[in-house]
Amino acid sequence: MSHFDVASTAVQAALDAGARYADARVMHRRTESMNARNGEIEDLTQNEDAGIGVRALVGSGWGFYAVPDLSDAAARRAGTTAARVAAASGNVPGPPLDLVASTPVAASWSSGCAVDPLGVPLGEKGDLLTTATSIMLEHGADLAEGLYQIWDTRKWFVSSEGHRIDQHVRECGAGISATAIGPDETQRRSYPSYRGQYGTQGWELVRDLDLTAHAARIADEARALLTAPACPAGETTLVLGGEQMCLQIHESVGHAIELDRILGWEAAFAGTSWLDLSKLGSLRYGSELMNITIDPTIPGALGSFGFDDEGTAAVARPAVRDGIWVGVLAGRDSASRAGLDYAGSVRADGWARLPMVRMTNVGLEPGPHTLDEIIAETRDGVFMDYNRSWSIDDKRLNFQFGCEVGYEIKNGRLGRMLRNPTYTGIGPRFWQSMDMLSSETVAWGTPNCGKGQPGQIGHTGHPAAPARFQNVRVGVTA
Amino acid sequence: MRDLVQQTLDLVRAAAPNAEAAVAADHRSQWLTRFATSFIHQNVADETTTVKLTVHLDGRTSVATTTLTGADGVRDLVERTVSAARQAPADPAWPGVATPADLAGRGTVDAATAGATPADRAALVRAFVDAAGGLETAGYCRTIHWTGAFGTTGGQLIDGESTVADFDGIARFEGNDAATRMASTALGDIDAAAMGARVARQAPGLAAAVELPAGEYEVVLLPEAVGDILNNFAFYGFNGKHHNEGRSFARLGEQQFDEAVTLMDDPVSPGRIGVPFDGEGTPRHALTLVDRGVTAALGHDRRSAAVAGTTSTGHYSGGDWGPMTENLVLAAGTASINDLVKTVGRGLLIKDFWYTRVLDPRKLTLTGLTRNGVWLIENGEIGTPVKNFRFTQAYAGALGPGRVLGVGDTAVPQPSRWGFGSWTGPALHLASWNFTGTASG
Repeated sequence: MSHFDVASTAVQAALDAGARYADARVMHRRTESMNARNGEIEDLTQNEDAGIGVRALVGSGWGFYAVPDLSDAAARRAGTTAARVAAASGNVPGPPLDLVASTPVAASWSSGCAVDPLGVPLGEKGDLLTTATSIMLEHGADLAEGLYQIWDTRKWFVSSEGHRIDQHVRECGAGISATAIGPDETQRRSYPSYRGQYGTQGWELVRDLDLTAHAARIADEARALLTAPACPAGETTLVLGGEQMCLQIHESVGHAIELDRILGWEAAFAGTSWLDLSKLGSLRYGSELMNITIDPTIPGALGSFGFDDEGTAAVARPAVRDGIWVGVLAGRDSASRAGLDYAGSVRADGWARLPMVRMTNVGLEPGPHTLDEIIAETRDGVFMDYNRSWSIDDKRLNFQFGCEVGYEIKNGRLGRMLRNPTYTGIGPRFWQSMDMLSSETVAWGTPNCGKGQPGQIGHTGHPAAPARFQNVRVGVTA
Repeated sequence: MRDLVQQTLDLVRAAAPNAEAAVAADHRSQWLTRFATSFIHQNVADETTTVKLTVHLDGRTSVATTTLTGADGVRDLVERTVSAARQAPADPAWPGVATPADLAGRGTVDAATAGATPADRAALVRAFVDAAGGLETAGYCRTIHWTGAFGTTGGQLIDGESTVADFDGIARFEGNDAATRMASTALGDIDAAAMGARVARQAPGLAAAVELPAGEYEVVLLPEAVGDILNNFAFYGFNGKHHNEGRSFARLGEQQFDEAVTLMDDPVSPGRIGVPFDGEGTPRHALTLVDRGVTAALGHDRRSAAVAGTTSTGHYSGGDWGPMTENLVLAAGTASINDLVKTVGRGLLIKDFWYTRVLDPRKLTLTGLTRNGVWLIENGEIGTPVKNFRFTQAYAGALGPGRVLGVGDTAVPQPSRWGFGSWTGPALHLASWNFTGTASG
C-alpha cells in the first residue's frame, strides 16, 4: 500500500463509523541533533518516527486518534477509533460546526534545500561545534555551548473531501552561546540567538552562519557583562535589535491573533487574547509603521509550507495594516465559527498530535530607516538585543522581556554596555509608540513554540527588523 | 516490552560485539479530552511504542529512537545507531551503562485508569460543566497508561508500569477565571463535580477585582502557585548538571531555606505519580533534597553524577538539559488555609502563577504573573479580589530562613505538562513577595 492508500483507508473507516468528515496524515520524520559543551560533544541523537493520525467529525464533535503502524488493519482501526472518540465528544456537545471551504487538490510540495543536512558527515558537524565552543572557552567563557538541529519530514494528507497532498519539508539550524559565571549571577551571549537560527533550508543555512567567526566576540561580551553597569530603571526611549523584535512579534502579536485563543478555545491553558473579533478591521494595534503579514510562502523561512495540515494552500494575508488589526491565524473550524472565509494556519507537531491553529511566518514589513539612522536620531535611550527571558500574560497584553545585552544611547551614539536589560509594557500601547522602523529585515526562525494539550512544539518564522519605541519602562529588577 | 529490549540488545551484540548498549522500550497510551466554552472541542488519543537505543563504541556514543518497532524497524534502528556511533565525535565523558540494581517498586497502576474510555472522561467533563451552574468552563481530563522496560549490555533488565490521571478546569465570569486542578494515579480520585462547584462559587466574585499598587506584599500562596515554585526548583535548582556548572543556587549542607521547608523527590512511594526507573535504567527512590531547611541533595543522572563524584539518583531527563527532579513533594504542615490567612495583617492570597521565566539562575530570580484569583487579606480576613500583578522575585530567597511563616496541612498533587511528573505542595504563608507591576502596566 502507498502512504496515500493508508491514509485513504483510515479516512474511509472513519466515514464508515459515522463521521461526516475525516482526514488523515501519514508522516515519516527523521531528526538529528548534536550538542557540544566546552569543546566536547555531549549528545548526538537521531530519531525516526512514522505513523498515522486521523481526525473525525461526528455531529459537532471532533475525535483524533494516532498510532505508529502503517498497516491496512491499523489504518482501519485508527479511523474507527477516531470516530468513536468523536462520538464521545457528543456527551458535552457544542453548537453546530461547519468548516470553511478548502479546495480539494492533488498536489505535491517540497521546501528548498541545497545541501541535505542529514547527508553532511557527522564528523564535519561535530568539528564545527567543538571548534566554536573551544574558541569560546579560550576567550573566557565558563560555559561554552553549541548545537544544531535537523528535521526531515514527509507527509501524505488525505481528506474525505478529496485532498491528496504530499509534502517534504527539510528544516535545520544552529547556534552557539557563551556563559560567564560570576559570584552572584550569570551572563550569557549568543550567536545568532540563544537557540540558534533556523529555516526550511538545507545545511547551507548553517554554513552561512559562520559560527566560529563569532565565537570569540560573544565570549568576550559575556565576560564583559559581568562587570558592566546594570541597566538603569526608568522610562526611556528603547531601541530593539532584530533578534529581540522576533520575540516581540511572536509573543505580543503572533499568539494574540490566533483565532482559537480569541474564541476562548485555549482559555484554560495558553489563555485567550485581548483582541475582540467585533473590532477586526477597526482596532488600532500599533503606529502606522506597524504592518504585520502572515506569510507561509516565504522561501526558506521556518514557518513556510505548501499546504497546512488541513490541506489549505499557503497564501500571504495581512494581519495588521498601517497599525490597524485586519487578520487572524485561523483554521477551517475556527474561521467558520468566527464568520470568516479563510483558514490556512493549522499544523500539528507530528502524526500523533491534533492539528491546531499555529503561527506560520508572522512578520513585520520593513520600515524606512536603518539601525544606524535610528541610533543617530536618538538623543537618550537604551538599545537592547538577543532575547534572554520572556513572560506575557494570558491575554497577551502585559509583557516583560529580558535581553542578553544592552547599550546606553547618548546623543546619537551607542555608549556603555549594560547588563540585565529588561523592559515591560502593554502590547498595543507599546506598538503604538513605535516611531522608527528599520528596513534591515531578517526572517528569524523559532523552533520551540509550545501550545496545546498534550503539548506540541511548533516551528514559526518571524521577519523582523530593529525598531524604536518611546516611553518604555526598562530596568525592572527583583 | 522486555522482549523488545532483549531483541534489540541481541541485534546490537551481533552487529558490534564490543559495544556497550542501553535500550529503553516504552509504550504510552495517552487519552486527553479537552473542553472550552463549555463543550468538548478537542478529544485526542495516541498509543505509541518507542524504542531508544544508546550505543557506545570505541569511545564514541550515539543515541537513536524509533517508533517503528517491527522486526525491520528495530534492525534499522540498530544498524543506524551503530553506524552513527562509529562516525560520531569522541565522548570522553561516557559514564558507562547501568548495572543490575533492584527497583524500589514497579510503579503504581490503577486498572480503571488504564482502561478508561472516551465516555469515562467525557462523563467527568459533563459533571464539571454541569456543576459550574451555567458559567463558561474550560479545561481537560487526561489518562495515561505507561509500560516500559530497560536493559543494558551490563546485565540490567527491569520493567515497570504506571498510570496517571489529571483534571484541570476553570469557570469564567466576565473574563475572570477561577481554576482548579489535580493529579492522581487513579481517575476515580477525581471528583469533577466538586471541582466544578468550587470554581463556580469563586468566579463571579472575581469580577469585582480592584487594582492595587505594586510593591512588597506578605502572601499566602495556594497549592497551584506553590506548584510553580516546585517546577522551577526542578528545572534550575536541584539539577545536578546545573550545579556542577555553577548555575544553581543550591549549596549542599547550607541552611538555605526556612526550617519549615522539607522537600523530597518521590516518584515511587505507594500512590505517588511517577515511573520506577529513569531513562538510563537507574532505579528511582525517594530522595530528600531539603531537610528542615538544609539543602541535602541534588538530582543526578549518570553523567552529572560522574562529574560530581557521586552516583546517579535516577533523574536522567534526556537531551542536554540535565537531571530533573520531576516528582517534588513539599512536606505539609499543620495549618489550614484559614489558619494561614488569620495570621496575615495585610497581604495577598494568590491562586496561581503564570508564564514564569528565569531572569538569572544563580538566585533563581523569575518574572511572571498572577492568574486565576488574587484576594486582599486584611486583619486575617479574605477581602476584596485584586487584579493580577507582575512580579520579579528570587524564588529560593522567598522560602529562605525566617521567610516561611506558615505551611498548609494539605499537599495537593498538581499535574505536570509531561504526564508522569507532579508538583505536590501545600499552601505557604511567606513574609513577602516582590510585585513589580500591575495589570495595567
